[in-house]
Amino acid sequence: MTAMRKDGEVVNPVAVDHEVVVTVNGVTRSARVPARRLLSDMLRHDLRLTGTHVGCEHGVCGACTVLLEGEPIRSCLTFAVMVDGARITTVEGLAAPDGELGPVQRAFRECHGLQCGFCTPGFLLLTTELLTRSPEPGEDEIAEALGGNLCRCTGYVNIVRSVRRAAELAKEQLS
Amino acid sequence: MKPPPFAYHRPTAVEEAARLLAELGDDAKVVAGGQSLVPLLNFRLAAPGHLVDVNAIAGLDRLDRTDGAVEVGATVRDVRLLREPPVAAAHPLLVEATGWIAHPVIRNRGTVCGSLAHADPAAELPALLALLDGSVEAVAWRRGALTSRMVPAAELFAGPLQTTLEADELVVAATFPMLAAGTGWAVEELARRHGDFALAGVVLTVAVDGDGRPTSGRAAYLSCAPTPVVVDIGPGLDGGDAKASALYELVAAALDPTEDIHASAEYRRHLAATLTVRALDRALARARTDSGTRDQSSEGVRA
Repeated sequence: MTAMRKDGEVVNPVAVDHEVVVTVNGVTRSARVPARRLLSDMLRHDLRLTGTHVGCEHGVCGACTVLLEGEPIRSCLTFAVMVDGARITTVEGLAAPDGELGPVQRAFRECHGLQCGFCTPGFLLLTTELLTRSPEPGEDEIAEALGGNLCRCTGYVNIVRSVRRAAELAKEQLS
Repeated sequence: MKPPPFAYHRPTAVEEAARLLAELGDDAKVVAGGQSLVPLLNFRLAAPGHLVDVNAIAGLDRLDRTDGAVEVGATVRDVRLLREPPVAAAHPLLVEATGWIAHPVIRNRGTVCGSLAHADPAAELPALLALLDGSVEAVAWRRGALTSRMVPAAELFAGPLQTTLEADELVVAATFPMLAAGTGWAVEELARRHGDFALAGVVLTVAVDGDGRPTSGRAAYLSCAPTPVVVDIGPGLDGGDAKASALYELVAAALDPTEDIHASAEYRRHLAATLTVRALDRALARARTDSGTRDQSSEGVRA
């Protein structure tokens, strides 16, 4: 990360932009952003990865959830400059390079785990991480993992069903 | 909503961070996990000119069991307390209280020391620190040298989102004394939605004698006042089997809860007293089946 200065002149520190380099879905990406740029906005505006959705922008809804070094985080509560050098997974990283949907995505489609789809990227990433940690999660474990994300369309019955189906599909894919 | 502009600093040593805070004064805020600060910025309830990110400072991520206490460095995220078995064995109450914080995704980023420095009266860890008579270590750069002091919980919390720490002070660690053997504990709270800030909550410890009868107890309340409130519940234990009604009356009389849009003072008082009775049941059951995983030395905190 380097601070940009105009012709060596010291500028207002608030106006200094920062070069942020991150590995998103296995690809090295960079952007020059002000310190106040939220990770959610860097992904969407600077890197044009609009799969990450911005709902409440204060950490309540979970639509903006991405994986940071494999762990789910709220990208709207994280400054891009603070994760310089990190490895990030967004919903765009869940499908194969040829566009074939991953097991978690297929499960949500099969089980009607979405209606309008706004909250879906967050749920997909939570499910991806949960199944990495716990390949056959129980009902309570699923509820605990997903409990911080909001869906205003379907209710959660089909979402939970989707997670269980995703566990089956992921297992089939492995075997 | 977008946060207001600020200048970003990423010191790599405690001294460098302390010098920065000394220079920038109250125009700077420290950020570690950002799970409380960033919402405030996004809402523009806070607009500091500078953020000092402490994540690159080596050594602040230590999580140690010391003699009679668990020490948590400034960049230790909540999730680590839930995943590192030695800490769980040493301080199951700290683990249980941490498990009540928001949602797993928030705990992946939020830090223990950040919660204490933020001093939200609805947060679990300030109440726990108060209950255990724990402390934080704060450093500052003063008169050309790095100074350090321990701030006991009883002197730390000043009001909602306010501590007695000076603007140039940086919390580098928190100390949570372990429970003495034979001490039971429990955390109870009630929120309208799972993971929300509690309408009221209690963190409680109780000691029992050889026959399993309660001898002393303490309870700390969250969301009941501008700062955590610690109540000696000993008189409500009646020296024998806990009399639920006596305990309820004691707690209801001891608290003077705040009233807001979420709950009336009267409802909070009822809730806090009811949760205390429930917590005591669980704490007593644990005290009577003490698995001996806690601190066996005399250093541990007595209820």
